[in-house]
Amino acid sequence: MSDDHETAELQTLPLDAWHRAQGARMVPFAGYWMPIQYEGIVAEHEWTRTHAGLFDVSHMGQLLVSGEGAAEALEALLPGDILSLKPGRIRYSMLLDENGGILDDLMVTNVTPEGGTPTYYIVVNGATKWDDIAHLREYLPDEITLTHLEDQALLAVQGPEAANALRRVFRDAMGDLKFMQGTAFRFGEIEIGIGRSGYTGEDGFELSVPAEHAETIAGRLCAEIEIKPIGLGARDSLRLEAGLPLYGHDLSPDTDPISAGLGFAIGKRRRADGGFPGAERILGLIESGTETKRVGLTLDGRLPAREGALVYAGDEEVGRVTSGGFAPTLGHPIAMAYVASGHAAEGTELEIEVRGKRLPARVAPMPFVPHRYYRGN
Amino acid sequence: MARYFTEEHEWIDVEGETATVGITDYAQSQLGDIVFVELPGVGSAVEKGKDAAVVESVKAASDVYAPISGEVTDANAALEDDPALVNSSAEEDGWFFKLTIADKTQLEGLMDEAGYKSFVDGL
Repeated sequence: MSDDHETAELQTLPLDAWHRAQGARMVPFAGYWMPIQYEGIVAEHEWTRTHAGLFDVSHMGQLLVSGEGAAEALEALLPGDILSLKPGRIRYSMLLDENGGILDDLMVTNVTPEGGTPTYYIVVNGATKWDDIAHLREYLPDEITLTHLEDQALLAVQGPEAANALRRVFRDAMGDLKFMQGTAFRFGEIEIGIGRSGYTGEDGFELSVPAEHAETIAGRLCAEIEIKPIGLGARDSLRLEAGLPLYGHDLSPDTDPISAGLGFAIGKRRRADGGFPGAERILGLIESGTETKRVGLTLDGRLPAREGALVYAGDEEVGRVTSGGFAPTLGHPIAMAYVASGHAAEGTELEIEVRGKRLPARVAPMPFVPHRYYRGN
Repeated sequence: MARYFTEEHEWIDVEGETATVGITDYAQSQLGDIVFVELPGVGSAVEKGKDAAVVESVKAASDVYAPISGEVTDANAALEDDPALVNSSAEEDGWFFKLTIADKTQLEGLMDEAGYKSFVDGL
């Protein structure tokens, strides 16, 4: 999510006018004008942690992959166990290059209708979607259909009060979802796809709605007392506290899933059988361990360490910060960094260099702020 | 006491040979929630147009340039404990540093309050 497009090339999202009417400050991001904040990043961050926030993530790519053999075809491109993913279930995965480098991270939902053609709904990052689509078109077999749902908006509603607020609006139609489950329903004339997942560490949902109805839905949701619109700024600070990596910063073709700490996304069967891009290297890394690891770092004081800051153990440079900032929930700065595995154990005391100063930092478990996903009773 | 403004969104209060420097309310509103302010050391020399301070908001770090040259005589210690003072009171309690003015001619051409207001309105 890092490419800088010229302003002239920037596109607008379906909710552009709505954001501006809500008082958003709009900035270029991933090729679009997007809301960075409304009332302020800290206030929006805290609102999401205590109530619920509406995030417009319509810049992300929404894709459908369908056809007999779609699961097998996807398994040739990503390391997740797609064959065992039941209809209505969501799984986190990654597109990998032939070396096992990460081309993108994504969410796959099995949306196969009962007795129908195998169909998977995939959400990919905005800045990488065109490359992802090209990659999928090149490597998916001809009999598999790839559809880019360009006329769909994507709205995330995140926070401890999200479920209550959504249930008041959509009633029983939205079903009884647990974390990483999805379904589709009709709201009046509007067909809505919904998944219980998100990027804040809170309980929450993502709603795929037709672009022409995005304003109606966004307005209806923000009419609920618990829900306020939240910008990209708070989205970033929330995901950082939740320990969730951001593609283009914490993940790239130069990182592999094991160094990135995403080994959980490689299913047991996939570890045994391989058959995904870079499998040989990745399975070797699982066996032998990696040279570097993505770790969380907590800092004392208030001065944040940002992306690119170097990490030291004494005089030795042992790593680099890939995301960092001030954590509003915690009241101190936090960061993600790749550090040499010998310095990656929890509690290891390190230093980060910021403008010539060495800031003490400690390797900390992630998430920094506990996840509060709804997994049922 | 005269107050000057720069196109870099700083204000300068001049009293005799001493100037107090801060960032404008417009600047703080653009930066968003400020979590840390790095100020120049007392006794250090700052040079017009060069880095003098750094403002860290939740989102990013931003340099603050010295609007005029001089020797720093005081830095606002209150910002250490409460950097959000810059958000709540940018043009008063959230001042950054004081300096002895090296060259008063550097004040020529800076804007007054009305000039700065129309400058911001044009942005």
